[in-house]
Amino acid sequence: MADTVSSASVPVMLGAKSYPTAFEWIARRAEAFVIPLAALIVGMALFSLFIALVGKSPAQLYETMWRGGFGSWFSVQNSLSRAAPLLLAALCVALPARLGLVVIGGEGAIVLGGVAAAAMGVAASGAPAFFVILAMGVAGLAAGGIWIGAVGALRHYRAVNETISSLLMAYIAIALMNHLVEGPLRDPASLNKPSTEPLAEAYRIGNIPGMDVHWGLVVGITACILSWLLIEKTRWGFAARIAGGNVRAAQVQGLAVGPLIVGFTALAGGFAGLAGMLEVAAVQGSANASLAAGYGYTGILVAFLARHNPLAIIPVAFLLGGIDASGGLIQRRMDLPDATVLVLQGMLFVVILFSETFYGRFKAFNPDLWQRGDLLKGTA
Amino acid sequence: MDATEIGLWGVPLAMLGGAIRVSTPFIFVSLGEAITERSGRINLGLEGTLVFGAMTAYAVAVMTGSPWLGLLAAAAAGLCFGLFHGWICKFRGVNDIAIGIALMLFGSGLAFFFGKPFIQPSAPDLPAIPFGGWSDVPQVQAALNVNVLFLIGAALAVFLWWAFRNTRAGLILRVVGDSSDAARAMGLNPNTVRLIATGIGGALAGIGGAYLSLYYPGSWTEGISSGQGLMAVALVIFARWNPLGCFAAALLFGGAGALGPALQSVGVTQGYYLFYAAPYILTLVIMIATSSPSRSLAGAPGELSITK
Repeated sequence: MADTVSSASVPVMLGAKSYPTAFEWIARRAEAFVIPLAALIVGMALFSLFIALVGKSPAQLYETMWRGGFGSWFSVQNSLSRAAPLLLAALCVALPARLGLVVIGGEGAIVLGGVAAAAMGVAASGAPAFFVILAMGVAGLAAGGIWIGAVGALRHYRAVNETISSLLMAYIAIALMNHLVEGPLRDPASLNKPSTEPLAEAYRIGNIPGMDVHWGLVVGITACILSWLLIEKTRWGFAARIAGGNVRAAQVQGLAVGPLIVGFTALAGGFAGLAGMLEVAAVQGSANASLAAGYGYTGILVAFLARHNPLAIIPVAFLLGGIDASGGLIQRRMDLPDATVLVLQGMLFVVILFSETFYGRFKAFNPDLWQRGDLLKGTA
Repeated sequence: MDATEIGLWGVPLAMLGGAIRVSTPFIFVSLGEAITERSGRINLGLEGTLVFGAMTAYAVAVMTGSPWLGLLAAAAAGLCFGLFHGWICKFRGVNDIAIGIALMLFGSGLAFFFGKPFIQPSAPDLPAIPFGGWSDVPQVQAALNVNVLFLIGAALAVFLWWAFRNTRAGLILRVVGDSSDAARAMGLNPNTVRLIATGIGGALAGIGGAYLSLYYPGSWTEGISSGQGLMAVALVIFARWNPLGCFAAALLFGGAGALGPALQSVGVTQGYYLFYAAPYILTLVIMIATSSPSRSLAGAPGELSITK
């Protein structure tokens, strides 16, 4: 705590403000890699214990997971396909998190983005493919953006807790989708699985050349890079980071916190809506109940694992996409329930959150403490 | 007019019966959450606890043949989840809301993992008391067939309302919830009090889950809870952390939840999914109506992160 720092140490701290050595530079940044990585390993170890307790072989499980998610070009492509919506769903959590908001209702934006895109694709049929796909993307962005932007607006202007409201709105969105897909937007030809009218083949998004992965992966990675640039390199991102640290301080500085919150949440929701659009245009071919596949919830875990850093989201989404992809193989090979993957995700989530407590505790990562020596011992 | 044909009167009647049936898990989860939040923490993981409690109760009831043992097991499982949340949140830098989200996913995942073999067999139900015996109308009889857990929940609400004000434990809970510093000055350990409060909250949520799988809807499926645990958290805020308010709000939410099935029973099928969303919309509207950016909520525990 700042107020317990003894006065004798202050000159030393100020005096330490010289050019850092490369070693110090590495030490400061290593914390952000080492702690999550260690947490990941501990989480996997705990999960091994769990698997051993239910009488299965952890070694076989991880071997199966590797084979199902990462071991071959086929499985890597499968993992990448699953990572595509996770990238966008994770941004829906990470962007508001930079403002200090915990938004967990990305599933709702995905679902509505998908329905809006499907409706647009049917309504605009006949137009050139490029325009229709663009219009579908805009429709998905807009639907998701309005949905989560409303959560941000309620938070700022009415002080409604965004965590609860976003999840409630996700349930409402799924009900709305069911209503639209089984009622006004239903394709009469879809009997067993109520769906909207199927998109014409020309309006569907294909695969990246040479891969069995659709273009959504490129969209997702681009969105992550743009989000990183927005947060780290623009004045809006700078303002958001200030507001995320202390809302009152930001307001005193004259920052327009309200538009900032609404803008960031709307962009976040827009990305999730785009994920729904991609599911419709590249995977399903129409909007139906499969849109609520849980990407929004896995996206929460991806964002927290990446510590809300948009660039870190890219590898984490691939990792969790791979774990997701191996679920089927684990179920078949090892006779374990499909929820095995959920248990692993839950364990990783808890361990990652617990690992937050270790930041700033290790002297190795804090060059200031090297120089201050033992002055602060017992006070920090 | 034939007594069994009560026409549109069936809607409010079915909603009353539905309110009593549907509200019971809300009552238990919200009372548990009220205890937890009064201690200054929020446990969003009760949704996961509810699902795990439902699975545990059902599995134990199938294996032992006794619904009461199932109920007990669900409470014990809920206690474990609550204690875990309470323990892990005492560490610096660990966020109670985020841990709640993680436990929500973890609890559901574990429940689905262990619950797979119990989707088929049927378990004995918790008993209900027929208060509608005086009437010949089957709809009235159905509406007034009240489960014992509802009555226990009602009694618990009154007891907690009294205990928060009039007992030493209630005072300790409120002091810890309002100010950790004041509690420490009194020689209390806030972390211990919150640990116990979160544990009790989890146990009550487990009982709520047992009601779901052992009475209404009365079977174990993976879709057994659709956000009841989460709505109960919102409901506690609406009820201003007052146990009697929680009970009333739970009845209101139960009634809203019964709207869809009640309309369906009289033949209204148009827009079924929209009526199904009524409890969520109601929760959201109530949250919007009762929140304000300019003043903090009356009666809110001072240490609660969600109202700051």
